[in-house]
Amino acid sequence: MLSLVEVSAGYDSLRALFGVSLEVAAGETVGVIGPNGAGKTTLMRVISGLVAAFAGAITLDGRSIVGAPAHRIVEHGIAHVPENRRLFPRLSVEDNLRIGAFIPAARRHFAEQLAWVYQLFPQLRERRGQPAGTLSGGEQQMCAIGRALMSRPRLLLMDEPSAGLAPLVVQQVFDLIRRIRAEGLTVLIVEQNVQQVLEVVDRAYLLEVGSIRLSGTSTELKNNEFIRKAYMGL
Amino acid sequence: MDIFLLEAAINGLLLAGVLALLTLGLNLIFGVIDVVWIAYADLVMCGMYAVYWLFAVFGWPLPLAFAASVLGVAALGVIVHLLIIAPILSSAPINQLLATGGLLYFLQSFATLLFTTDFRNIGVRLPIIEIGGIYMSYSRLLAFAVALVGATALYLFLKRTYIGTAIRAIAQDREIIGLMGVDQRRIYLVTSAIGGALAGLGACLLALQYDVHPFIGNTFGPLIFMICVLGGLGNMIGGFIAAFIISQIIAIGGYYFSTELSYVLAFMLFIVLMFVRPQGIVRR
Repeated sequence: MLSLVEVSAGYDSLRALFGVSLEVAAGETVGVIGPNGAGKTTLMRVISGLVAAFAGAITLDGRSIVGAPAHRIVEHGIAHVPENRRLFPRLSVEDNLRIGAFIPAARRHFAEQLAWVYQLFPQLRERRGQPAGTLSGGEQQMCAIGRALMSRPRLLLMDEPSAGLAPLVVQQVFDLIRRIRAEGLTVLIVEQNVQQVLEVVDRAYLLEVGSIRLSGTSTELKNNEFIRKAYMGL
Repeated sequence: MDIFLLEAAINGLLLAGVLALLTLGLNLIFGVIDVVWIAYADLVMCGMYAVYWLFAVFGWPLPLAFAASVLGVAALGVIVHLLIIAPILSSAPINQLLATGGLLYFLQSFATLLFTTDFRNIGVRLPIIEIGGIYMSYSRLLAFAVALVGATALYLFLKRTYIGTAIRAIAQDREIIGLMGVDQRRIYLVTSAIGGALAGLGACLLALQYDVHPFIGNTFGPLIFMICVLGGLGNMIGGFIAAFIISQIIAIGGYYFSTELSYVLAFMLFIVLMFVRPQGIVRR
């Protein structure tokens, strides 16, 4: 479904990705793990169009999306749950969800999509009139995921969904990811929490200093000596 | 209670309507695009000339002239954005202020060149109505009602539509809004058009009450800015409330002292409040 070939990207003089190639097949949940500053967030941003690629090809179902602005890429069916959630804090929960359905193709299905998101996250329904900035960390993450789902994506990008959350809430977030998987969505997830993320993905890539260092199924990576030592403290 | 005081208070209330409408326009543009249109009151001047020429000179029916003024100034707002604001969107705020300030002098000088400094009146004399010994001008009453309808329409647009929601969201996160499928440039254009349309609507209401001349913007421009800042720049509800407070000070001050002194009072209060509550009188 999504394919990156030799993608390089960065900011002004700072290069963050060096020839990254990666594949996500339809229906798969794929993880990208790696330390801070490895370029994981840049990888997400280059796919969703927030950062321009210097070189390389990005295709979605065979169609090139490289160089398209972010607001066009949503229309191709990619939704991005950004790092730190980035809700619109003074808008109500429901307005945050409404803005998620901004693209014409999603507006037509607003009511049914909203019902689905509320069914996935009943807490959001209870708090729908409340400013999103007043939600707890876990609820904000639900709202951010819900907002992305409102655009009816085929591919969901999640950037560090567990970052900055209390351990118990982290557990809830990974449960959420399992539920979204179960809905049949294709998911690409970036995480520092290696142990947890390998429990929910089919395959994963290890990104270090802007390059893919390892890749494999989650079972392979869980048993990989290097990963166990460097990332799981085992 | 003194009936003349009541009359002054009611006239102050009616004055507030148009000021509140213009404050909404200016605050909307500041809140969304993060640029202060110093020349905003001069867009109103352009709208008043449009009403004057179309109605009093070319003999269009008044409602048609009004509609043309609203649409014309909306288009002018879009042109101002495309020609002046868009190229300097990421420049320092002082450059943006100077650019829109330059537009103020351009519009005033251009209007002087085209229309001379003559005071022109559209010549519509609406009656003065008397209710229980209180005299009110019908044109002010009409202006108040239309301003409230305009403000309500804007409120519903911002609350109920997708574009309105995007307009409210954009200032809270200008980067992430793109991930929602929102094209920032398009939102800026729509906002500039709405800001212009509000100036055009204000122009219609003011043309019923005042003569138009190239410098009419100077008489209420500073007042609108003061109201915006008092309510918290970019805070639409704060500006709306501040318009009513300032209008009352001017109307009641004018009753007890003189109109000139009432403006002195209003601006003095403004300066004091800037020390006490620099963020504006209403919290977000």
